[in-house]
Amino acid sequence: MSDTAAGLLQVGFLLLCLAAVYRPLGGYMARVFTSDKDLRVERVTYKLFGVDSKADQTWGVYARSLIAFSALSLILLYLLQRLQHWLPLSLGLPNVPSGLAFNTAASFVANTNWQSYSPEVTMGHLVQFAGLAVQNFLSAAVGIAVAVALIRGFARAKTDRIGNFWVDLTRTTLRILLPIAVLGTLALVAMGVVQNFSGGHEVTSVIGQTQTIPGGPVASQEVIKELGTNGGGFYNANSAHPFENPNGLSNLFEIFLELVIPVALTRTFGLMVKDKRQGYAILGVMGTLWAAFTFAATFFENQGAGTATQAAGAAMEGKETRFGEWASALFATSTTGTSTGAVNSAHDSFTPLGGGTALFHMMLGEVSPGGTGTGLYGMLILAVLAVFVAGLMVGRTPEYLKKKITAREMKLVSLYILTTPTVVLIGASLAMGLAVARASIFNTDSPHGFSEVLYAFTSAGNNNGSAFGGLSANIPFYNTALGLVMLLGRFVPIVFALALAGSLAQQQPVPVTQGTLPTHKALFVTLLVGTVLIVTGLTYFPALTLGPLAEGL
Amino acid sequence: MASNLPGSVRQFGVALRALLVFTAILGIVYPLVMTGVAQAVFHSNANGSIVKVNGKDVASDLIGQAYTMDTGKKDADGNAIMVAVPKWFQTRPSAVDYDGMGSSASQYGPNNPDLVKLIEQRRQDVAKLEGVDPSQVPPDAVTASGSGLDPAISPAYAALQVNRVARERGLSVDQVKQLVKENTKGRTLGFLGEPAVNVVTLNNALAALG
Repeated sequence: MSDTAAGLLQVGFLLLCLAAVYRPLGGYMARVFTSDKDLRVERVTYKLFGVDSKADQTWGVYARSLIAFSALSLILLYLLQRLQHWLPLSLGLPNVPSGLAFNTAASFVANTNWQSYSPEVTMGHLVQFAGLAVQNFLSAAVGIAVAVALIRGFARAKTDRIGNFWVDLTRTTLRILLPIAVLGTLALVAMGVVQNFSGGHEVTSVIGQTQTIPGGPVASQEVIKELGTNGGGFYNANSAHPFENPNGLSNLFEIFLELVIPVALTRTFGLMVKDKRQGYAILGVMGTLWAAFTFAATFFENQGAGTATQAAGAAMEGKETRFGEWASALFATSTTGTSTGAVNSAHDSFTPLGGGTALFHMMLGEVSPGGTGTGLYGMLILAVLAVFVAGLMVGRTPEYLKKKITAREMKLVSLYILTTPTVVLIGASLAMGLAVARASIFNTDSPHGFSEVLYAFTSAGNNNGSAFGGLSANIPFYNTALGLVMLLGRFVPIVFALALAGSLAQQQPVPVTQGTLPTHKALFVTLLVGTVLIVTGLTYFPALTLGPLAEGL
Repeated sequence: MASNLPGSVRQFGVALRALLVFTAILGIVYPLVMTGVAQAVFHSNANGSIVKVNGKDVASDLIGQAYTMDTGKKDADGNAIMVAVPKWFQTRPSAVDYDGMGSSASQYGPNNPDLVKLIEQRRQDVAKLEGVDPSQVPPDAVTASGSGLDPAISPAYAALQVNRVARERGLSVDQVKQLVKENTKGRTLGFLGEPAVNVVTLNNALAALG
């Protein structure tokens, strides 16, 4: 079979798998978030938490609960790293230094999983499975909770209540993430991913050299790393490591896990606003963008531009033999279109425009299809912007899903959209202005060095976590700056999204008239795709011209 | 009593209890149970697919190894210069020299002049070792993998090495070709990933021949 035929079949098979679970999973999640029954185990946990599961919260209380929970998560994860040497299963590793511990705690609580560290020589098993992996579940659940709260803002009328954060968090974790993670762990181990508590197993090769084979509870962490669109590798090489991603099947399964919840949530959305076509339209926008970027990345990697790439004969630097160009490009697009940031190949070594495609994909704000929850609420906010733009063109008060988009809503939408580019571009400019930060650049030969810095801040601000890994980011400046950018890029937009949910929930739905813009048709899908590309294009184009475009054109 | 506290303080109390409960479930029970089940059901996989030759643990099926030796010389950066041991199939260049407790790509950019030099040097070395024209050396032979632990090479690179290994070991070319075939994995399900020859299992098979 030719490479192209196999590559296309691979993409087709992925889409088929996603299509197969779209309705059942989307419908199941809608029932999880609309049911008024608690499971027995949930009743026990609510009693332990000390919350009344029947008491819905205003957006302000919802936001405060979320921030309190995330703040404590940050502190606990920080302490766990700072104390690891004295705790069990540290593998003899020292306590994590303070700057790095802050960066890592911020990173995992913000669903980013940017890693300034090399896990094999930094994190013991306990920090990984009782700290980092726990946040992989919980930060994903927080994202989904915000998406569900925003859906309720559209679906509800004349109320100031948008749901209960503790209930959304608990149901997402126990009814959605954990069951899939249990099945996924076993599937991954069956494919060859390790799951043990060994600190390393020494072997002597046939030519007499010793090698230590690493261990760890990898599969149980790998599955939630992808499913929760987190992306932090158990090992430094992430999903390029044979123990995290042993073969072509595990590779496709991991890509599937990254995409499955963000994709199925559009179905949940359609069901909850009682108009499934709205969900299809949002999925159509996400799918169009994902397909375009997948095509671009695959094309550029196969084209193989770059002096080093051409000297080698193909873009295989930083790629694994078992994946090659097609499966690497597919992974790269899916990891940057969701907020995962796992990598099965070194993005730094991609061709100039192939790596640039991954970078630009994150700049869209990760809505194709985006992270768990974050993708949906990000896209819904862009949809509000799109109807507003359309409303301006015809001079009508814009409406979306029967809710009026007034000045208050537009202020929140604008603030949401501006936050991430602001922290990304200020951070990257600051880094380029400081000699100590510029000294961390590895590929100093070309505009590629600037791309490394821009990629780092884009990845942090959009809570992706992948990297142009040449950048030596484990220095005080990057640990602090990227840590702050991750927290701001995560929680400031969340507050605006929840405020928007509160504002929409209070409105009385307006009747659909002849003048209402239909938001489930191809015209709107086109408009929204255009909005996403133009908003991000205008914001980031100057920066992109200095990096990947200067190198690649 | 808790309800008399200000709202935000109360939320922190709830948050702390929630975090502890979730850490117990997701951070303790879940990984322990999963490890127990994995160890019972998929014992070999869960422990790293360790392979034995003549009763000794020699490798993991999945983790690449170096089949090189130290020349005793150092390069300009003070790193030991390693050369291929001709009786073994060679794995790809590695950014971590196949150190199992490290894993990394080189992170060289696509236009990095240092990488261009490295690739040209590797091309010459491989061509000389195999006695072929430099243009015949395939891309995976001159590039470092994503993990630095890639156990596999392309079928083209394996084919390039067959004659040399057969000659060094006094085996027939057909015999070695047969071993390469036995250690080649096609695309999973026929279309996932790329065909790859597992050098670790291939060399272990050669070692087992004695």
